[in-house]
Amino acid sequence: MFASNPFAALTETISAEMIQGYVILMAILVVGMTIYDMIHKKSAKYFFAKAKQAEANRVRELGAGDKIGIAVKVATVDVATAGEFCNPMRRISHMLMMWGFILFIVSTVALTFAYTGEAPAIVAQLWHLGAIMVMVGGYWFWFFIRVDVSAEAVSLFRIVQADLFILSLLGTTTFGLLWSIMQSKGDAMWTTIFLALFIISATFLFGGVLWSKFAHMFFKPAAAFNKRVIKADGSRENLPEDFDLTSSEIQKRYPDIPEYMGTNPSYMGLGIKREKPKHY
Amino acid sequence: MPTFVYMTRCDGCGHCVDICPSDIMHIDTTYRRAYNIEPNMCWECYSCVKACPQNAIDVRGYADFAPLGHSVRAVRDEEKGVIAWRIKFRNGKKDLSLLAPITTKPWGKYIPQLRDVPAPTQEQRDSQYLYNEPKYIRMDDGGIHTLETNGLKIVEGVQY
Repeated sequence: MFASNPFAALTETISAEMIQGYVILMAILVVGMTIYDMIHKKSAKYFFAKAKQAEANRVRELGAGDKIGIAVKVATVDVATAGEFCNPMRRISHMLMMWGFILFIVSTVALTFAYTGEAPAIVAQLWHLGAIMVMVGGYWFWFFIRVDVSAEAVSLFRIVQADLFILSLLGTTTFGLLWSIMQSKGDAMWTTIFLALFIISATFLFGGVLWSKFAHMFFKPAAAFNKRVIKADGSRENLPEDFDLTSSEIQKRYPDIPEYMGTNPSYMGLGIKREKPKHY
Repeated sequence: MPTFVYMTRCDGCGHCVDICPSDIMHIDTTYRRAYNIEPNMCWECYSCVKACPQNAIDVRGYADFAPLGHSVRAVRDEEKGVIAWRIKFRNGKKDLSLLAPITTKPWGKYIPQLRDVPAPTQEQRDSQYLYNEPKYIRMDDGGIHTLETNGLKIVEGVQY
């Protein structure tokens, strides 16, 4: 079942060109709405204005090599392994969703454009695996990790605009997977129902970029890059410097440090991060 | 000015929601990021500013140490056990950079076992002293230190 291309059987009722047209339309919607969102919210303008403002506080100039190094770190740590998250559970859930979504999208494009008929088993398996990964990460987040539910004690069933992205993403992958399962079982009625729900969810997911947080996957890497740059060039957004407590100069400047903590202060552990925020 | 959140820095972890004494830091319903739902009720207590692992929250400094609206940023580094403050003038000149310990022992260890301490006597209960006074406030050389006993007078604007 997982080795067969679910889109191949679909071409019997809907032409391959129509399916491809839908995929292209969704891609255009994502790009167009992300650009419109950037113009509408002036986020790019704000981003570059802030970067320019930080120039005045630089203590060192970054070369091209430094910036490439930072970009590599952003790609490997902040993006690929969701390094910005403090909560390890949320980080794992996010990685499952992100990599699952990438697998799902890439294999969808492959299954609808490159292999309109029978596809290599591995491509179809990656499509199903992507859907399952998104579902595991997404449902875990939805039921157990959401701050407004786990920490704010908000009802599990309250749905707000912020849920548009996660729900449409879960709908797309869940109904897509169920559609594939029903199709392999030969259940025509449920196949049609889940296909319709799959298309509706996907339309909400890709057509709702302007109202959902879909575009964060483009903005967040830029913000992560900026965060590392201001640290590296010393501008630090007016944040205090990173003090080395063992430095004699620092100890001389701040005598409280050696007096209360000794000349070689030890690692104090995670403090507040030891606990999940849930004091209600 | 009450707290505000840099949306690009916040990751919606919920630490500020958890710690806010006024219960006014909440998760935004559009972007799932933290925000101050009731700026008028903000005490500007800095709890969320210090608790935020991403340093995503900003708030003005009090007029007594930051007149004319300096930028005040804090980094509470629990792993090092210190808090650092940086205060900058509006003209961009750095004014003040402070660093102070917030703990001298690893978190969660060396918790006083108060149930093992003998119960206070009646005399201690009737005394004006708090628990461990005068020993822990270095006043074991006599009575409580006052401006008077130190030969000082209150002068407006002077810190003692």
